[in-house]
Amino acid sequence: MAAFNLDINGKKQTVDIDPKTPLLWVLREHLNLIGTKYGCGVAQCGACTVHLEGSAVRSCSLPVSAVANKKITTIEGLSANGDHPVQKAWLEHDVAQCGYCQTGQIMTAAALLKTNPNPSDAQIEAAMSGNICRCGTYLRIKEAIKTAANQK
Amino acid sequence: MTTIKELKMEKITSPSRRSFLKSSVLASGGLMISFSGLAKFMPDDKISTTNLAEQWNEITGYIKITSDNLIKILNPNPEFGQNVMTSLPMIVAEELDVDWQKVVIEMGPHDNVKLGPQFTGGSNSIRMYWKPLREAGAAARQMLREAAAQTWAVSVEEVTTKAGILIHEKSNKSGTYGEFASKAAANPIPKGVKLKEVKSFNTVRSSRKNVEGLKIVTGKPLFALDYKHKGMLIAMIEHPPAFGKKLKSFDASEALKMPGIKDVLSLQLYPEGYEQAAFDTRTFNDLLVVVGNTTWEVMNARKKLKVEWQPISESKEVVNGFRGKTEVVIPAEPETTTTQLAKMAEYAKKPAQQLRKDGDPEAAFAKAAQILERTYSAPFLAHNCMEPMNFFAHVTDEKALLIGPHQAPGWIEPTLSKILNLPPEKIEIQMSRMGGGFGLRAYGHYVVEAALISKKVKAPVKLVYSREDDMTYGIYRPMYTATYRAALDANKNLIAFHVKGGGIPEHPIHANRFPAGAVDNYLAEGWAIPSNITIGAFRAPRSNFNAAAEQSFLDELAELMGKDPIDFRLELLKRAKENPVGKNNEYDADRYAGVLKLVKEKSGWNNSENKKYSRGVAAYFCHNSYAAHVVDVVKKEGQPYVERVTSAIDCGVVINPNAAINMVQGALVDGIGNAFYGGLTHKDGASEQKNFNRYRMIRHKEAPQKIDVHFVENDIDPTGLGEPPFPPVFAAVANALYKDTGKRFYTQPFVNEVKSNS
Repeated sequence: MAAFNLDINGKKQTVDIDPKTPLLWVLREHLNLIGTKYGCGVAQCGACTVHLEGSAVRSCSLPVSAVANKKITTIEGLSANGDHPVQKAWLEHDVAQCGYCQTGQIMTAAALLKTNPNPSDAQIEAAMSGNICRCGTYLRIKEAIKTAANQK
Repeated sequence: MTTIKELKMEKITSPSRRSFLKSSVLASGGLMISFSGLAKFMPDDKISTTNLAEQWNEITGYIKITSDNLIKILNPNPEFGQNVMTSLPMIVAEELDVDWQKVVIEMGPHDNVKLGPQFTGGSNSIRMYWKPLREAGAAARQMLREAAAQTWAVSVEEVTTKAGILIHEKSNKSGTYGEFASKAAANPIPKGVKLKEVKSFNTVRSSRKNVEGLKIVTGKPLFALDYKHKGMLIAMIEHPPAFGKKLKSFDASEALKMPGIKDVLSLQLYPEGYEQAAFDTRTFNDLLVVVGNTTWEVMNARKKLKVEWQPISESKEVVNGFRGKTEVVIPAEPETTTTQLAKMAEYAKKPAQQLRKDGDPEAAFAKAAQILERTYSAPFLAHNCMEPMNFFAHVTDEKALLIGPHQAPGWIEPTLSKILNLPPEKIEIQMSRMGGGFGLRAYGHYVVEAALISKKVKAPVKLVYSREDDMTYGIYRPMYTATYRAALDANKNLIAFHVKGGGIPEHPIHANRFPAGAVDNYLAEGWAIPSNITIGAFRAPRSNFNAAAEQSFLDELAELMGKDPIDFRLELLKRAKENPVGKNNEYDADRYAGVLKLVKEKSGWNNSENKKYSRGVAAYFCHNSYAAHVVDVVKKEGQPYVERVTSAIDCGVVINPNAAINMVQGALVDGIGNAFYGGLTHKDGASEQKNFNRYRMIRHKEAPQKIDVHFVENDIDPTGLGEPPFPPVFAAVANALYKDTGKRFYTQPFVNEVKSNS
């Protein structure tokens, strides 16, 4: 066990925890930030995507020891009221089916648009291909990303 | 710990409400709550209903209205992404005549008496609830009109409604539904209230956004995996590493020393000699369970378990299913994919069970000028719901609370009652939004497991499957094969058709489906090989393979006959319509032809501008609906890629068009993904794919650029949509790949052959 200072969604807090614990489980089981989902545990599905210093990362494969004092944003911190352009575009295109993977998709998409405000189709596909949607909403995800890009 | 509002069902204290569509008046008053901003109210807004229980007037089982005019519609059916949280309440809202924007939608409690079958499967949600929900809405509207008429002392015929307002024009009186709710609820439920004409619908047939959309995009706790409960422990099960094995002994001393671990225990899922109901699955009956404070701690402790596994012996299980009791043989031998394939080839040559015979197929084949024979096969498929299996249980000697993702709570309740020795009224099941289902969550093992663990450790417990646990547990889409034969006479007329299909451990054949009814001499046969690998329903069970094989075969047959594949199917359907062969043909030839004609038109099937595409067509009827797709393949980075799809669907009245399009698009992506990549193989009983690093799922860059969906417009009562678009995708892809590569694709997943071809 060790104490780690975490900076999550602009809030600084300390957790006393096994250093190897993945950020995903710290968020879900210690900080009650359950918007970040468990899907595979091996960085293959993207359901657990959060932002680390602004970049999309898979929190299931990132030990808490590696993220101390770094700026972390989860879906809960992406916007105050679900009004981030990506979230709004998701609602406009009514993207979700079961909805389980969508917070991870949104976090990946938001990170993409931050570095590339006007991505091409190929760039969207490349950036989003680490996120699985079992319901197959990929077409709407792409449309939503384009809509969000135009709003920025 | 927080209790999650979304998963907490409101309890209503009311006596004797056990019959369908019975009204009751609830004690009103007490609490004053302000509902400012109601006009802007979205169903996913933050109004707490926790303390409002006594203010709701229950008009019918599905509808509650407060005196303050808050209107709540309960969704009765489990939600797994098919969007019933939105579409079923839309049906109520249509007949009730309310402003959709002002309606609160809530997941209903599990109550089969008040809320009907509550079953998500077989593409039945809309079909099952269409009439009851319309009647409930219409009856409630009528009761409100009567209450207003009584109050205003006018004739009920003169009371009209408009978006939640009762109006008497002559006297210039009006009032909200809320004002009359308590009086209306005291009236008896009227029978035989006239329903609206389809053409006058305002809500149904116009698109409404997913009512849980905002919660989904903001990561609110909707799923059982997110649910927390005071004092809740986490449990995980260490399953055997392979089918054909079971627990022999274990040493938990090291695991118990791990931080956060409370207990390691073993228990039996079902007692000796237990007679299974249709959905009582038990891949592994002896369970080794680790219980601790958090998922991560339990995952770590599992690695410290020292377990000895032993081979199972051959056994027989009695399953009391929908078609009566059957005895299922579970062989002991661990299975390997190559051996399974060899065994299937061997079985395919043996005599099989005759499922349907028209005319004299043997004689027709004997005199045929030409015979086309092709064999198709497909592997086991794992459902891979994004939310792994999990369930919360708090079981005591007196009662049981179960919260989680399940497609059929009404089926699992009797099992829980037997296993827990509790009467059904002491078992409360709450339905969470499911992170996918695809058939898997109709089965009961993980619910019973959670309940038994809670009972044993005497604590609230959430059972969590890791992705690996989820993927290797079984309940797969079976492994299938089928050989199709067609006999042609000297003039290339189709004179006989034969399908012989088999699988591990069931055959896929639907003997009364197309082209049965369209060919004079027809034979369908099936065979099966017992297995210890467990199977279950997977999006359009059996159809998902039959359509793949049959519609590929028809494409090749049309080519041999020198006919356009769409025209050939239309000719067969014309025959089936005008002069059907045999009885019990399941499909409506006109509706089947209808989707083919529509997809032909909308895809520009004969347009020269589409020559740049390698095009494949397929159609299918299943689950009471009709689907046809044209798949357009191009080369992308040297590989065939499905760039575009045109779909035509006939599912009767479409409730929520934009959401319906979403579902069809999803079915296409799912089908393309499974056709190209899906498959689970085994070596000595162990699944060779345990996570998404080996089990390939379709990803963004492999999904089409465009999927155009067209619905046949009609006034036919709605049928399902979750499954019907899925089965024909496989064949449309195979047929397009043939145009692209010059090679027919008989073996799923196609990626192996695409690779060897390029």
